[in-house]
Amino acid sequence: MHKSIFLGMHKSIDQINERIRDGTVRVVTAEEMPAIVAELGEAGALKEVDVVTTGTFGAMCSSGAFLNFGHAEPPIRMERIWLNNVEAYGGLAAVDTYIGATQQSDTLEEKYGGAHVIEDLVAGKSVELRASSRGTDCYPRRTINTDLVLENFNQAIMCNPRNAYQRYNAATNSTDRILHTYMGVLLPNCSNVSFSGAGTLNPLSNDPKLRLIGSGVPIFLCGAHGMVIGEGTQHSPAGGYGTLMVTGNLKEMSQDYLRAATMTGYGVTMYVGLGIPLPVLDLDVVRATAVRDEDITVDIMDYGVPSRNRPAIRKATYAELRSGAVEINGEEIRTSSLSSFRNARKVAGELKRWIECGSMQLALPTRPIDAIKSARPMHQISKGPRVLDIMDRQVVSIGENEEITAAARKLLKGDTNHLPVINSENVLVGIVTTFDVSKAVVNPGKAYLVKDIMKKKVITTTPDEAVDIAVQKLEQHNISALPVIDGGHHVVAILTAMDLGKLFGGRWLK
Amino acid sequence: MKLLVTFSRKKGRKPIIAQVVRDTGVLINVERAIIDSSEGEALIDVPDEQCRLVSDTMISLGANVRILEHGISVNESECVDCGACISICPREVFSMDSTWKLQLAEEKCVLCGKCIEACPHQALTLPL
Repeated sequence: MHKSIFLGMHKSIDQINERIRDGTVRVVTAEEMPAIVAELGEAGALKEVDVVTTGTFGAMCSSGAFLNFGHAEPPIRMERIWLNNVEAYGGLAAVDTYIGATQQSDTLEEKYGGAHVIEDLVAGKSVELRASSRGTDCYPRRTINTDLVLENFNQAIMCNPRNAYQRYNAATNSTDRILHTYMGVLLPNCSNVSFSGAGTLNPLSNDPKLRLIGSGVPIFLCGAHGMVIGEGTQHSPAGGYGTLMVTGNLKEMSQDYLRAATMTGYGVTMYVGLGIPLPVLDLDVVRATAVRDEDITVDIMDYGVPSRNRPAIRKATYAELRSGAVEINGEEIRTSSLSSFRNARKVAGELKRWIECGSMQLALPTRPIDAIKSARPMHQISKGPRVLDIMDRQVVSIGENEEITAAARKLLKGDTNHLPVINSENVLVGIVTTFDVSKAVVNPGKAYLVKDIMKKKVITTTPDEAVDIAVQKLEQHNISALPVIDGGHHVVAILTAMDLGKLFGGRWLK
Repeated sequence: MKLLVTFSRKKGRKPIIAQVVRDTGVLINVERAIIDSSEGEALIDVPDEQCRLVSDTMISLGANVRILEHGISVNESECVDCGACISICPREVFSMDSTWKLQLAEEKCVLCGKCIEACPHQALTLPL
């Protein structure tokens, strides 16, 4: 039977579907495929395997669901909508809405959000709907309040704009404080690395040229039979960061493969289980599905740099990341996965059973997805205020070997509370405040020179830094001024909390 | 065995832990301690066979002692086996087994609670 459909070096999708129907199809997971190819060779693997199933289970923030409530009596056109106090989109007609996974509760904030509403519905729990409207001649009702379970909705359709990232850069943190990010908790001084992605099991990593994955292709989505809509938002396959837009019926989903989550200090997200079956049509498919964790490389980015262009500390493969530790600057740094490899395996395994028992047939894309494009950064007509726009260039500084009384005089004369301290080469070495000087005056005899009382650890900014970043520094360190320095550590200006008032002068309030 | 020792510092500042070490000769490992002007709490590790002796001596010096039989606990129905906790834990309590299921070495846990906020699924809790 096996040989009868194998005519040369190509199989058709119809032949594979025929084998699914008659129960002779040979399905393996993408994790099993590399060893099969190593053992049987590429031609042997093509002959042996008909379908490779992939799977991933991780945080996919850009997810949500369209819901239709049906009409109330008298009818309402809902304009503001809340489900369990989580606001849903009110810009659709009458009784449709879109609930986004990351939207947070008005009352519980990051403890509960859109993802939790979706998970509660899937779990069979009832959800409170609250909506309001201005009232029109055709929709006179102004408010509605009711409890709903999933079966009460006419439609509950998950529609996720950006899922199944082909790979995702790992994260670490070079600063001296804990960071709370969508990549989880990042310990100071690069003391841990977090990563996400299923590596060898990832759908797009097994079809990087997007020959098999495209519009209309059947998928596993949170336990339901779903479908690829097309390319996902921010799809950027040129660099290996493709994404997919996918859909599936929420009413068929299972809590086993859909979990709300909260990244502490960041917010709500949703863990989505997603798998795609890949028909093994030819040797190119065999080669692509033989991909291993060792073959997929990501950058470990420094999330301590609050910029779109975070520096990469080093590259690492999924095999290294999954080993439990990677080396950074000669030290073994422990790694944490944010996505669940165990559940990714479960997705690929469940999808394998679906195909073996004939409950899912395969299809080729009705419209292909671009395999070479790159996502662009945001087009910004203005960059927003930078430090140089509001900094005070009339900065008064003091030498480290000057006396404290000189500092007191400068503070009085300069009408300021902060004096940057410089050495003989005019390089910034510290800062003294009115508080430091007052303290020295109250406790006389302990110190005479500025360098004895200055704070040596100075938090600084630069002229071209965004004001938002400088404001975060002021807040995080609970201070009210930042010396502005150039590349040579010379003080060129000072940014104080008072300068921030200039932002409200109108120039930046477009 | 791990003991949670709490003591009041209002009636003078008795060096309870030092005195217990001297009186019993047991080398106590202080895993974690929070001591302020009015009270103190220390998590100590002592060999199982000397647990009783240390505990009784602590109590005789006015401390409250609780034997901690459990470390951090995982709610299996919330845990998705991601592993976000693994690199956060300073004592390497968490690891993956060969099937990528999260494993717990409870005896290593010093109940610092750092993993709790790192868990995206709120699956970790300290014992009461």
